[in-house]
Order: sequence, then C-alpha cells, then structure tokens
Amino acid sequence: MSSRQASLPSINVDNVAVIRGNRLVLRGLSVTARSGDIIWVRGANGCGKSTLLRLIAGLLYATAGSIKTEGRIALADENLALDANLTVEKALMFWADMDGASAEERRAALADMDLQGLAQVPVRFLSTGQRKRACIARVLASKADIWLLDEPYNGLDSASCARLDQAITAHTATGGIVLVAAHQPPSINVAHSLILDRPEANA
Amino acid sequence: MKAFAALVAREVRLAWTGGGLWLPVVFYLAVATLFPFVTGPDKALLARTGGGILWIAALLATLLPIERLILPDRQAGILDQLALRGWSDELVATAKIIGQIFAFALPLLLATVVGSALIGLPETQLGTLLLGLALALPALSGLSVTIAALTAGLSGASALGGLLLVPITIPLLIFGAGTLSENPGNAMQLLAATALAITALSPFAAGAALRAGRT
Repeated sequence: MSSRQASLPSINVDNVAVIRGNRLVLRGLSVTARSGDIIWVRGANGCGKSTLLRLIAGLLYATAGSIKTEGRIALADENLALDANLTVEKALMFWADMDGASAEERRAALADMDLQGLAQVPVRFLSTGQRKRACIARVLASKADIWLLDEPYNGLDSASCARLDQAITAHTATGGIVLVAAHQPPSINVAHSLILDRPEANA
Repeated sequence: MKAFAALVAREVRLAWTGGGLWLPVVFYLAVATLFPFVTGPDKALLARTGGGILWIAALLATLLPIERLILPDRQAGILDQLALRGWSDELVATAKIIGQIFAFALPLLLATVVGSALIGLPETQLGTLLLGLALALPALSGLSVTIAALTAGLSGASALGGLLLVPITIPLLIFGAGTLSENPGNAMQLLAATALAITALSPFAAGAALRAGRT
C-alpha cells in the first residue's frame, strides 16, 4: 500500500439534494468522512446509494448542496470498465498506465484479488465473481485515496469477500477512505453506517 | 501525454479487433467494384463519374463504425472511469477522433488507390482525389464520433446516425466533387476550410454530447 498524499483525504457532503428523472432521489443529505474511515452506505433499493457514490465521484451534479473531496477517487460499480477482449492483465494495464501505477503495483493488485491464475484469460471469459474481483483489482491498482465500492460483495465467494475486507482494512490503515454501498453489512468494523431513506416516503 | 497516447492506441486497437477497420474499407471497395456493373464498361463515363462515386462511398463508409465508437465504452463504464480521472469529455472525444483518423481515414486513403484502379479513374485525377479525401476524412472522423456520442443508447441509433450525418456532409461532398473539375483550386480551398472548421469543432460538440449522455 502506498502512503497517503500530503493533504489527508476527506469527503464533505453538505445538505445535498438530487433530482433525477423528475424524482427526488436524495434530500438534505450530509456525510463527512475523514482519513481512515470506512462508511457503510445502506438502504432500500432506489434510495440513492449508487447516486451518492456517483455524486462523490463527480459523475453527477447535485441539484442543491455542496460536495467537497480531497484526494484521488476510485469507483467500482456495476460497470466493469475493462476491455472484454483483452486479458485481465492487459485490461488492468490500460488503467494502470492511466493512473501511473507500476507493473509491481498491478501485480500486487492481481495477487490481492487472487487473480494471478487468470491474468492471461480474456475478460469476456470470466465468471461474474471473477469479473467483480478484476473490477476491485482495478481499484486496488489505482493508487486512489478514496474508494467508492458499489455492492462490492455481490457475486463474491466467502474467500473473495475476506480478501476484499483485508484490502479495505489495509487501505484505511494507511489513511484511505472507503465507502461501501451494500445491503449486507461488511464483516469489518465500519466507522459509520449511513442509512438512506427514500425521500418521497417522508415528503 | 503518455496516457493520451494510450487512449488513442486503445481506439486503434479496438478498431482492429472489432471490425471498425476492415468493414469500412471492404464496403468502400465493394462500392467501387459494383459501380462498373451498373454503368457498364464505358471508360469515359467511369472516368467522369468515378471520383464522385468514391466520394459518396467514403461518406457512406463513415456510417459503419458509428455504433461501436461510443456506446460500448459508455455501457462498460470506460467513459465514467476516464471522467473520474479528470479527463475532460472534449479530450476523450479528441482521442477518439485521432484514433478514428488512424483506424478509419488512413486505411480508406490507401483503399482509394485500389478503388480508383478498380473504377478506372484516370491517373491524373488520383492525386487530386487523394488530396481531397485526405482533407475531408479527419472531418468525417470528427463527425462520426460526434454523431456516435449524440445517438449512443438511442433506439435506432444507426439509422438516426445516417440521417444526421448525410446532411451535415453535403458541403464536404459538394466541394469534394468540385475538386475533381478541371480547375480544382477554389474548390480545394473551400474544402480545406470547411473540413478544418468541422475537425476543429468536432471535439467540442462530441464532448458536450458525451457529457449530456452521462446518467
């Protein structure tokens, strides 16, 4: 694991509201995360967990409120973002080149997700769980300070879940921040549990 | 710069492996091959109209890669990951246009040499045709990326892409055909100016379309 950059990573979401498709998805939401935090974002389907992660990633704009982040962000969501025709190693190499990660860091990410044996297999031949592991390996190799993981345990077997937990613990131990949006609680100690409600339920 | 080069190289590689390279070239040459069957072996007629036919074939070949330029990257989350890393949508569009120039425009220029021989184009016209296409093809690459960004995810995207692309390319076609006349100078200048304007504006238009399509 790399050490953190000079300014510590942080997330400040202040009184945010989001309207998407004429529907109020988030309302009056505030979240603060500091270096070393693991936050479990939970809530019913459609309550805005993925929207919150995409907001923090800067991929969506808030209708109201403000979002400030310090540090580089990596996102693992439902989209694999790996070229299907490339081998796992080459697909990860593309993003490693983008992130300035070394070959050693890329190999370490593969090892952390137990993907060495699949490194030369084209991504399109991976199973659902293996794809998820490759997606998480992309995050691990990104050297990002903030990890946004959307349903990261879906499709993973218990050994892979344990590896992911280990990676999250190691990341936060070196000052990183991890937001995990999941229905099931992570088996690691989380700093906060953020429960999202459907805004229309309270409107 | 290294990351930008990696993105351009990815575009070229995807074109090579996904049919984006050979499909337009085969289509282009097929048109050049079929045309004499329609007109008959009238050398004078082929010499007079062959250049125009190759221009139209080039415009139509531009349509073929549109579906694979943006939509697969959007669906796979590649565009989101680039945005997350601070890449502006305009820069991503520029990389895609440059990749398209390498993967589509250059092979089509090479195919023009073969196509002109198939169609019996006089050697004196080949140079002018190549110059005209060399000016226009970067603009066509820019337009194809822009239209791919505009139509990505829409139902009937390929038909819509054709409906959008063909009218926009009319100035290029008119000036391009003009370069095949006996005095191509003015038409070549107008073609160069039009193509330059389209090429320069395409990254901004495509970038705006990429941004608007983000959900």
